[in-house]
Formats: sequence, structure tokens, C-alpha cells
Amino acid sequence: MTPRDQPKYKTTDEVDFVVVGSGAAGGIVAKELSENGFRVVVLEQGPYLTEKDFIHDEIEVLNRDLLTNHPELQPNTFRKTPDEKAKRQRAIAYGRLVGGTSTHFTANFWRFHEIDFREHSKVGDVPGAALADWPITYADLEPYYTKVEWEIGVSGLAGASPFDPPRSKPYPMPPLPVKSGGVVFERAARKLGWNPFPAPMAILSQPRPGRSACINCGFCLAFACEVGAKSSSLATAIRMAEKTGRCEIRPNSYVHRIELDANGRATGAVYFDAQRNVQRQKAKAVVLCANGAETPRLLLLSANKQFPDGLANSSGKVGKYLMFNSGAMSMGVFEHPLNDYKGFAVSRILHDFYELDPEKVGFHGGGGLDARFDMTPISFALGGLPPGTPRWGKGFKDTLSRNFTRTVEIFCHGTSLPVENNSFSLDPDLKDAWGLPALRMTYKDHPDDVKLSNWLNVRAGELLQAAGAQKQWSFPAGEQEFSVHLLGTCRMGNDPKTSVINSDHQTHDVKNLFLCDGSSLVTSGRGQPTMTIEALAFRASDRIRDLAKRGELS
Amino acid sequence: MDCKPSRRDFLSQTLTGISAAWISTNWPAMLSAATHARAAAQSGAPAKFEFFSPEQAAEVDAISARIIPTTDTPGAHEAGVVFFIDRALVTFAKENQKAYADGLPALQARVVELFPGVSKFSAATPEQQDQVLESLDSQAARGGRNPFRSGGGAQSFFETLRIHSISGFLIDPDADKRGNRDGAGWKAIGRDREHMFTAPFGYYDKDYPGWQPNSAAAEKPKS
Repeated sequence: MTPRDQPKYKTTDEVDFVVVGSGAAGGIVAKELSENGFRVVVLEQGPYLTEKDFIHDEIEVLNRDLLTNHPELQPNTFRKTPDEKAKRQRAIAYGRLVGGTSTHFTANFWRFHEIDFREHSKVGDVPGAALADWPITYADLEPYYTKVEWEIGVSGLAGASPFDPPRSKPYPMPPLPVKSGGVVFERAARKLGWNPFPAPMAILSQPRPGRSACINCGFCLAFACEVGAKSSSLATAIRMAEKTGRCEIRPNSYVHRIELDANGRATGAVYFDAQRNVQRQKAKAVVLCANGAETPRLLLLSANKQFPDGLANSSGKVGKYLMFNSGAMSMGVFEHPLNDYKGFAVSRILHDFYELDPEKVGFHGGGGLDARFDMTPISFALGGLPPGTPRWGKGFKDTLSRNFTRTVEIFCHGTSLPVENNSFSLDPDLKDAWGLPALRMTYKDHPDDVKLSNWLNVRAGELLQAAGAQKQWSFPAGEQEFSVHLLGTCRMGNDPKTSVINSDHQTHDVKNLFLCDGSSLVTSGRGQPTMTIEALAFRASDRIRDLAKRGELS
Repeated sequence: MDCKPSRRDFLSQTLTGISAAWISTNWPAMLSAATHARAAAQSGAPAKFEFFSPEQAAEVDAISARIIPTTDTPGAHEAGVVFFIDRALVTFAKENQKAYADGLPALQARVVELFPGVSKFSAATPEQQDQVLESLDSQAARGGRNPFRSGGGAQSFFETLRIHSISGFLIDPDADKRGNRDGAGWKAIGRDREHMFTAPFGYYDKDYPGWQPNSAAAEKPKS
């Protein structure tokens, strides 16, 4: 499983598309466009690692950013509100390698529900938030969700959740096996009258050509899969793109500018190669799939005379409406070993609270609960023990030894409301190791997001009690200052004054420039965005293909 | 001697062009082949220290053995935590060298201050050792600083020792870090060392009857 033979395009060779980023969206866009006969160069800032490089070393992976953006090389700054001066602090983590964040995600693959696309119409204005409808509906995206499930590989059980939106096909493979944490979750939820169901996961329960079924090694969240069972872009779309012979994956290529010609048309991408020399890859059209932080940053870095506030930013909305998804967690310790350290993270979830009634609960939003164990041994020892446990010595060791096999987390995920001030922008002072302005995050959770998280966390506590946990505790939700979900920052819409891209993912301002990744989302859904990002990428690819074939990009 | 196959043994198999799908169905046979290879490779001499003097190593070994003591299961000593820390300080945690260079003499001074007549930590009784560490811990500025990355704020020497000891106890024994020797740390916390597991995993899923649909018809969203 090494990079296959690929074409080597010259930078002066005007290819059909340059795709910036090779993650959840970029991989699929590259696959779809190259399978449709186009010549594609994918520029990925990170290295091309493969299965042989994917280790279980917690220090290299979690502490030393083997797979992720490095805070020394690409520092961030953070502030809560625009009137504050931002402080240097790590604000985001994303996969910085071929395959992007999809290589190391948890792989929860729920579809968004119909409400997520039509929320503004349904609930009206929410004070302090800029809630908007999407220009597309769930029905528009449904065929593409199905495509993700079948082509990329999602395991699950159709019809198991009474709240699931309509679907045209069942899942291509059965759910992963239930874990003990999933069983106690399921039994307790039913006792409470809720509707637990097998978690849809982008992890194979059955082998596929060149990929193993999950071997339940237990190093899943934050780790990349060494048997190709996790349906990352690396294990799926990138390899399909390479197979066409028309797609070049060019790693270690850090794009920092998109340039326009005199006609206002994007000419390709300017990037630093591995030796930090500046290169310019020419292309007929450009698709940015760099994630919800780096895509807006790249547009802001590409400001020019025509677009002094950032490329394709006539609306002023580039970088705005950043959403994370709200989250909270309760933990429980059980009498007998669960051994939830074995396997993928999540086997049971529930969506009974997906659409809460604001009249009854006093806030807007909704969410889901899941049973998970996503801590590896060191992280568990440092962060998974009940409050008051000794931090060292015999008491520490005894509790650690008893609890490691007996602990489960009940994770609550929910809405983030779009707030205009929540944003990515360029830090005026701090530079990254290439001399480019660092990403500055401005973020303060909408008060409803925090209320929702804490409300869900009370449900998580009820669930643990009904499950008979011997000990339980929770982490109250506060205002977030760090995220791996980077959503909404170049939102899709019909009005060029209030959105950055149209429903074809084409920027309103530059007709051969497209954006597709977490930045495209108009609402945050209820916690698991990657499935929707991938469905959008399949759909965007169809739209881009059609525009290109009609000659509308040149 | 631990004879479990490492993931590298596993990967050397996957990279020879055997399909992963095949591997997932033929795993057990491949395990036994890999096990022999590993056992043969492990018959080397004990490693030497690269950063610590033998005296310092004895002190760090004694400290880590109070942070994670030997009970009816292995502790930091059996897991070779001092070898992990020694390797860390010349590789990925070089920035902590000064913390140890300054911290160990300060710790010795604390031993003498609290227990005149005791020359060094490793010569004290376990009760005395715990008192020394408690006195350091109570002064510690506890923070979430990442001990394996430079540039963060100040962190007490004790907190560095604590996190390094826990890390050396529980790191993947197949990682190239000399920690968790023979999987001793994982043994203590009940984590099986196999690279692959199959259901049932634990107590509560072993009698799971299989998925039964939710009996109640879908109700409208609850609140």
C-alpha cells in the first residue's frame, strides 16, 4: 500500500483542476474529477504517509503531532470577542497529511437530518445568531449520502433509528459489533424510553478489496488506521483517484496564495514546496478543500487589488460564522469489565433529542448521545479517572488498574449556532514558520449552545444511573476555545451579499474558484459533520463537472 | 520474555503485497510466525543509559517506583520507566534535560532537609520517599502543559516526573521508546497486548442477544 504510479505534471502545464487539500472533501473531489477524465493536481501541505507509518505511539501521535498541524510551525491565536487582543494558544487541530483529518477521526457517520437544512424556516430567528437555510435540501443531498456509504464505506443499520431521515438504500454492510459500553447504553436508554441504535461508522465491518475489516486494535480516535479499515480519504478516494492515472497527489505543498489573471479568473495555486521554494501550479480551475480554517485563511492571504479584503470576499463573510459543535461528557465506572479499550470508539448512539422544543427547554438546538471509549492508556491515566483520585502512588495505581477496563464515556454532541463574530482571520502580529500570518480564532459559544450541552449532559447522567454505573461524574460544558470541527466559514447561499459560495460550491466572485469542505456548511448539524462534508464533495464534483463540460469555467 | 507480535511484524506482512482482506481472515496463523521472529530479535543485552549517570538512574527509578509502585501487579520499576525517561531526554524530550539536571539535586536537598542522615532518595524508606514527593507535589504548579513539547509555561519537576513516569509505564510497548517493558504497564491496568481483538469484548456484551428493534414506535422529539 504505497503511493501508486501517478502522472507528474509540470507546474507550467495548465491542468484542468488544482485541488488544495486531500482530506474528506479534497480526496473525493480529486477522485470524482479524475474519474470524469479531468487532469487533477492535489496539493497537500502535509506528508504522504501510508499504513506502514501508522503507529500506536501515543507520544508521537498525541503529543508530538505526527499526524496533525504543529503548533510551533503553524501557531494560532485566540480571543473570545473582536475587541480583545488575541493570545497565542492552540485553537485547532486537523490532520496534516495525505487524507487529512479523515485519517484520524472517530468516524461517526450520521447523516444530517432534514431540519438541519431548513432550520431557519422552521424556528425563525434566534437572537444573537445568524441562522439561515441552506440553498439545498436534504433531498438534494440524499443520493450523495448514499454514495458516501457505498463508495467510501460506512457500516450501519438502516431503519434502526426512528428519527433517521429517509434513505434510498440500506447501508452496504452491517454495523460493527456492539461493545459492552454500547450494551449498557442500549439497555439503559430503553429503560428510559429512548431509542438507541447501532452507530453508523465509517469503519469497515467487512473487508473490501485492499482493505481489512476493523481488527479492533483500540487505537482509533486520533490515530490513523494501519489496516485501511477506517474509511479515510487515504484508504479510499485518494487511491481511486490515483488509479485513474490522471491525478497527481503532491504532498509537502503548502498553498499560500491563489492568483487571478486580468479577467478575474483564478490561474492556479502558489505554494511552498518541501524546500520552501515558491512554485506556481497552473490550472483551468481551482477547488479549495483545505478545511474550515485553512480555506478562509487562504482566501484572506490571497487579497489583491480587486479583492482587498480577501479573495472572493465581496460579501465580507469569508471566515465568519465559525461553528464547532457543542459538546459535554459524563463518565461512568461499572462493576464488571467492559474492555471498551478494544475496538473503534462508538457502537451505540441515540437521536431522541435531535430536535428539542425551545418552548419547553428554553434554548434552541438539539443533539445526540453516544457511548464511547476514545482514550488510549496514557490519556486515560492522565484524564480518565474520577475527580478526587490520587494523582500518584498506590491509590492512583489501584484506581487506574480497576477503572481502565470498567469505564465508559457518554458523549453529548449538539448544535453550534452561527454567530457572525465567531471567525477565523489573519493575526496582525504572529507569523508561521513560512512567514505567513497565523490563524486567529475569535470564538464565544452562543449561550444556547452551552445550555444545550449541559441539558444533554443531564440526560447522560440519567442514562448512567439507569445503567447501574457504580460511580459517575461529568464535565460541565463551558465556553470552548479549541476545536477539531471547523465549520461554516465560507457559507453557501443564494445571495452573494450574505454568502461566499453558491449551491454549486462556486464562489460568487470568481467563477473558476470553488470551495468545498467544512467551510461550506450553513448550519452545524448535531455534532458529526464529516459525512455531510463528504456528501457535499460528491455533489460539488457533479456540479463542477457539469459546468466544466458546458465550458462555463473558461 | 514477552513474545507477543509487534505491529511492525504485522506490517511487514501487509507490505509484501498480501491483501489486507486476506490478512483479516488469516490473522492467527500469521501471528504465530511473527511471534518467533520477535523472540529471536529480543535476545539483546540490557540497554545502557544515554542521559543519566548510574546514580541518577537509580534515583529516577526509585522516584518512578513511588509514583507507580509495585503492588500485586508490576509497577514503574518492572516496566523499565527509567529507561523510557532516559531515552526521552536524549530524543523527543531534550527540552526537559535541564528540568532533570536541576531537579534531581534539588530533590536530594529536600531529602536531606526532611530526613537528615538520609543521603539520597533511593536510600530512604518508602514512607520517607512518599513524604518527599508529597512535599514537592504540594508546591507544584499543576497545569496541563504538554511535557513533550517545548515552549509551554513553567511546570514543576514533580509534575514532569509524574507525567513521564505514567507515560513510560503505559506507552505502547512496541513503540520505539523503551517504555512499558514486556507490556508490564498494560498488564497492570488489564489491557491485553494483542494487536487484534474480536467480540465479545467484555462482560456486558458476551450475552448480548443481537440487535432487537426499538419496541416503541417513534415518538416525536422529546424535551
